[in-house]
Amino acid sequence: MSMSVPAEVAAMPAGIETPALPEDIRSEPRAVRWVVIGLATLFLGLFIMLPLVNVFTQAFSKGWAAYGAALVDADALAAIELTLIVAAISVGANTVMGLVMAWTLTKFEFRGKSLLITLVDLPFSVSPVIAGLVFVLLFGAQGTFGPWLIDHGWKIVFAWPGIALATIFVTFPFVARELIPLMQEQGTQEEEAAVTLGASGLRTFLRVTLPNVKWALLYGVLLCNARSMGEFGAVSVVSGHVRGETNTMPLHIEILYNEYQFQASFAVASLLALLAVVTLLAKTALEARIGRRHGH
Amino acid sequence: MASAILTAAAPRQRSAVPGFGITFGLTVLWVSLIVLIPLAALFLKTAELTPDRILAILTAPRTLHALKISFGLSLAAAATNLVFGAVIVWALVRYEFPGRRVLDALVDIPFALPTAVAGIALTDLYAANGWIGRLLAPLGITVAFTPLGIFIAMVFIGLPFVVRTVQPVLEDLDADLEEAAATLGAGRWTTIRRVVLPAVLPAFLTGFALAFARGVGEYGSVIFIAGNLPNVSEIAPLLIVIRLEEFRYADATTIACAMLVASFALLFVINALQRWSQNRTGRL
Repeated sequence: MSMSVPAEVAAMPAGIETPALPEDIRSEPRAVRWVVIGLATLFLGLFIMLPLVNVFTQAFSKGWAAYGAALVDADALAAIELTLIVAAISVGANTVMGLVMAWTLTKFEFRGKSLLITLVDLPFSVSPVIAGLVFVLLFGAQGTFGPWLIDHGWKIVFAWPGIALATIFVTFPFVARELIPLMQEQGTQEEEAAVTLGASGLRTFLRVTLPNVKWALLYGVLLCNARSMGEFGAVSVVSGHVRGETNTMPLHIEILYNEYQFQASFAVASLLALLAVVTLLAKTALEARIGRRHGH
Repeated sequence: MASAILTAAAPRQRSAVPGFGITFGLTVLWVSLIVLIPLAALFLKTAELTPDRILAILTAPRTLHALKISFGLSLAAAATNLVFGAVIVWALVRYEFPGRRVLDALVDIPFALPTAVAGIALTDLYAANGWIGRLLAPLGITVAFTPLGIFIAMVFIGLPFVVRTVQPVLEDLDADLEEAAATLGAGRWTTIRRVVLPAVLPAFLTGFALAFARGVGEYGSVIFIAGNLPNVSEIAPLLIVIRLEEFRYADATTIACAMLVASFALLFVINALQRWSQNRTGRL
């Protein structure tokens, strides 16, 4: 801490009227406290809680039967299936590669490291729509590799591989950025000891590194999964919106909503809202274990 | 850029930990395939156009309007979040009250809730017959399908960025400083203004910039409530999608490039702010 008490405060004449120090001089008057708490509650209730409650209220507005019917609809089931497949691919790829990237970026020193870390974080600052656009530019019918791929029977854009690629892009940093600060902090001593004692690289990783980071890894995987299943903008650009074929759950929600099937739309949305709530509960439980607070 | 990294493919000091070669190679390959090459393709596609064409696309009234809507409303939403974020973060960190933990958990909802779900929920709430829209209609306020709706959606998604960036810094703030100021006779307001505020200011600015950046690129939670009228309530990401669907690739890539350049500039500012914050408070 390099802060000092500002001159204005230090120069205040002490002792002219010695005010009795309140019990807690780091707190505000009672009335101010309640206004602040009231405003915070009002804002969070109105802006954050209400939309969440609204999802479930609308989903059940026509009763359980209509709710169930919206979920077992053939297009809804196809959307759920595609969402699960895409999330499995994206989470799988980003977990394995997140571990590889974190290992490289924390256990070794090399030139260009900070540039590489910036690149890993980059997808967070790219609009989801642009994330979809870049894959259309590469693999679309008019794209760089599109015509060649189509000639060879490979369809990427407007098919599941494109959806998976766009999802991998938007969730790229999630696992790595949870691991990197932790592995940085843990250093390389334990790994060095294991290697010195004769363990192979893989064995060192599995028996020393992995147990040390397992909760942070789980945390990253959960966030990556929630975002993979819920991604809308990037997937919307590459999907082509073919009903029952290239629609994920968020896209199915959009179609239903635009067709004024509000209740059915909210029914499918309630599944994703539930996933969000469960993810947050798990996040809170994990934070207690990891012992640190997180941004995003 | 990738080749620049590749040429440096030797660790600066020999490490006893094995696996540098293969994990480094895989990392560079993965980053190149998923992030670097796709983003480079966007810039290369735009670079094929003549400067006149790029300028014409960017200065077309509809493009300018869309950029103005995305950047302007996002700025306003981030400023709103700065004020309410400050109130919320103060209540969460400094006060004990029933329901504090629930409020704390609620802050993360916009991060976790898929944007399309947030989009339809907000639209439903603020539509003329919705829970909130019904109350605002008699006052002559229309939120859904107007720029005001875009602003509301951007406030929703931006809030956690401000709260979660400032919260840890305020939690770690040394109590001694405030006590010293109070002991020396400073009023509570003076203490907050002269002692607390300078310490948390970099975090506030970082949160503001993060919320702003998120709002500029936001798509899912905005398009349902926006109305999407060209020149009135059309955001830049939607214009990219529209141009793409019209097969006007040059327009789509040029607008996308302009937005990317702006977000990279913002990222640069955010990194600088974070370094400043770190230097001042000594925490990561």
